[in-house]
Amino acid sequence: MADTTTKPLPSTLSVGLARTKLEVREFFREKEALIFTFFFPIIFLGIFSAVFGSTDFNGVNAATYFLPGMIASGIFLSSFQSLAISIALERDEGLLKRLRGTPMPPQSYFIGKIGQVLVTSIAQFALLLVIAGLVLGVDIPSEPSKWLDFAWIFILGAASGSVLGIAFSVVPKSGKAASAVITPVVLLLQFMSGVYFVYSSLPGWMRDVASVFPLKWLAQGMRSVFLPDGFQVNEPGGSWQLGTGAIVLTVWLIVGLFLAQRVFRWTRRDAG
Amino acid sequence: MENDNAVRVRGLVKRYPDKVAVDGVDLDIHRGEVFALLGPNGAGKTTTTEILEGYRRADEGEVSVLGTDPARGDRRWRSQLGIVLQTSRDEAESTVLELVSHYAAYYPNPRDPDEVIAAVGLEEKRKTRPRKLSGGQRRRLDVALGVIGNPELLFLDEPTTGFDPEARRQFWTLIENLRTSGTTILLTTHYLDEAEHLADRVGVIADGRMIEIGTPETLGGRGARTARVSWSDADGPHELRTDRPTAEVAALMQRFDGEVPELEVRRPSLEDIYLDLIGKANAADAAVSIEAGAL
Repeated sequence: MADTTTKPLPSTLSVGLARTKLEVREFFREKEALIFTFFFPIIFLGIFSAVFGSTDFNGVNAATYFLPGMIASGIFLSSFQSLAISIALERDEGLLKRLRGTPMPPQSYFIGKIGQVLVTSIAQFALLLVIAGLVLGVDIPSEPSKWLDFAWIFILGAASGSVLGIAFSVVPKSGKAASAVITPVVLLLQFMSGVYFVYSSLPGWMRDVASVFPLKWLAQGMRSVFLPDGFQVNEPGGSWQLGTGAIVLTVWLIVGLFLAQRVFRWTRRDAG
Repeated sequence: MENDNAVRVRGLVKRYPDKVAVDGVDLDIHRGEVFALLGPNGAGKTTTTEILEGYRRADEGEVSVLGTDPARGDRRWRSQLGIVLQTSRDEAESTVLELVSHYAAYYPNPRDPDEVIAAVGLEEKRKTRPRKLSGGQRRRLDVALGVIGNPELLFLDEPTTGFDPEARRQFWTLIENLRTSGTTILLTTHYLDEAEHLADRVGVIADGRMIEIGTPETLGGRGARTARVSWSDADGPHELRTDRPTAEVAALMQRFDGEVPELEVRRPSLEDIYLDLIGKANAADAAVSIEAGAL
C-alpha cells in the first residue's frame, strides 16, 4: 500500500509512446482503416496511371502528374479522416470514458494519436514513392531544397490535419455515423482541391472555395516538390505560392489547436 | 489519509434539467469492505457512482474518495482507483495480453499482467481479441483492466448483467478473491442475490434518496424478518406474521387434526425486503404527489 503513494507516476511521454505503439498496432490490424485511409491514394495512383497510361501531361506521364495530389491526399486522410473517425468511435463506444478513469494523462492520448498519424503517413508516403519510382516510372526529385520544402509542407499538413480531425470528431452524433459524415466531407474536399482533377481545369468558384481549406495548399505545395518548375504557369497565380500556402496551413493549425481544445470531450454529448 | 472510510458522502445533490437525480445522499464506505448499491433503474445509482469516480460534478454536498474531492482528483488519485464501467469498448484489434500489459503502463505500481489474467480466468484467451470473447469473458477482461493498477478502491457498475448463472458464480468467486486481498469495492447491481452473496453492507437507493443502509441480514429492520405462516381453510387463504412459527404450526395441526391445507412457513428473502422498501418509497412519493395535486 505504501508503494502506491510513493512510486513515481509514469511520465506523460512514456505513456504517450505506449499509446502510440497501441494506436499503430490497432491501425494496421483494422482492415477498413487500412483500405480507406492507407491504401486509398496508392490504389488511385495506380488507377490513374493505368487509365491515362499513354497520355502526355505537358511532358510528364500520368503517374508523375497525379503523384503530388495522392501524397497530399494521403497525408490528409491519415491525419484528418483517420483521427476524426477513430476518435468519434472511441467516444461513442465509451473507450474514451474508460481512459478518462485511468491515470493516463490526456496529453498522452494525443501524443498517441499524433504518433500514429506520423508513423502511418510516413509509411504511406514511402510506399507511394517506392511504387511511383520503381513501378510507374516517376522521376523522384533529388535536390535537397525540394526535400526541405517537402519536410515543412508535410509537417504543417499533417499537424493541421490532426488537430482539425480531433476537433471534427465531435461532429458525428454517433460512432456509426462517423464514417458516413466524415468520408464525404473528405471526398468533396479532395475533388475541389484538385487532387483527382487537374486543378486549373476546375471552375473558378470551386477553386475559390477550395483555396480556403488546407488540402488545396497541401496539394499545391506537393506539386512544387514533385513537378518540374515549368508547371508553375498552370497554377492560378502563375507560381507555387509557397508563402501563401505556409500562411494558410499555419492559420488552420492554430484554429485547429484552439478548436480541438475547446470542443474535445471524453464522453458523449448526452452524458451530462 | 488516516481515516477509516474509503468513501465519505454528505448531502449529495445532483440535478439534471428534467429531474433531481440524487437528492441528499449520505454514504460511508469503510476500507476493505464490499458495499453494494441497490436500486431500480433511474434511482440514481450510476449518477452517484459517476460523481465518486470524478466523471460528473456534484451540485451540492461533500464528497471525499480516498481523502480527495473527486472533482479535484489528479493522476495520483486516479492511480489508486479501479473503474469498471457499465459498458465499454475495448481496443478491438489488440489481444487480451496486449491490452492488460498496455493498461499496466499507466500505473506507478501495477500488478503483473499474467497474474491478473490468471486471476480473472482468461489464461486460455491471452492471445484472443476482445470481439472473439463471450459476454462473460469480456466482463472479466473489463475487471482485469480495472484491477491491473492495484487499486485501493474498485468501482463495479452492474458487472454481471446478462450473465448466465454459471458465469455469475465464477464472477462472484473473482470478486471474493479481490476482497480477500484487501480491495475496497463499491458494487452497483440490481441482482439481490448478488448483493446478498458479495456485500458486507447494502445501501438501497430509490428516487435519488438513500432509503436504508445495513448488512444484508439486518436490512429492513428486525420486523421485516418475521416469519409468515400461511394456510387455507373453508374461508379461503390466511396468513399471519409471527416470531414463533413452530408454535403456530403446532396449533394449526391440532385445529385441523393432521394435515394443514396449503401450509407454508417462510421468511422474507432479501428480495422481498427490498421490494417492500422500494414499494414504500414509491407509495410515499405517490402520496406526496396526490397531496400536491389536491393543493
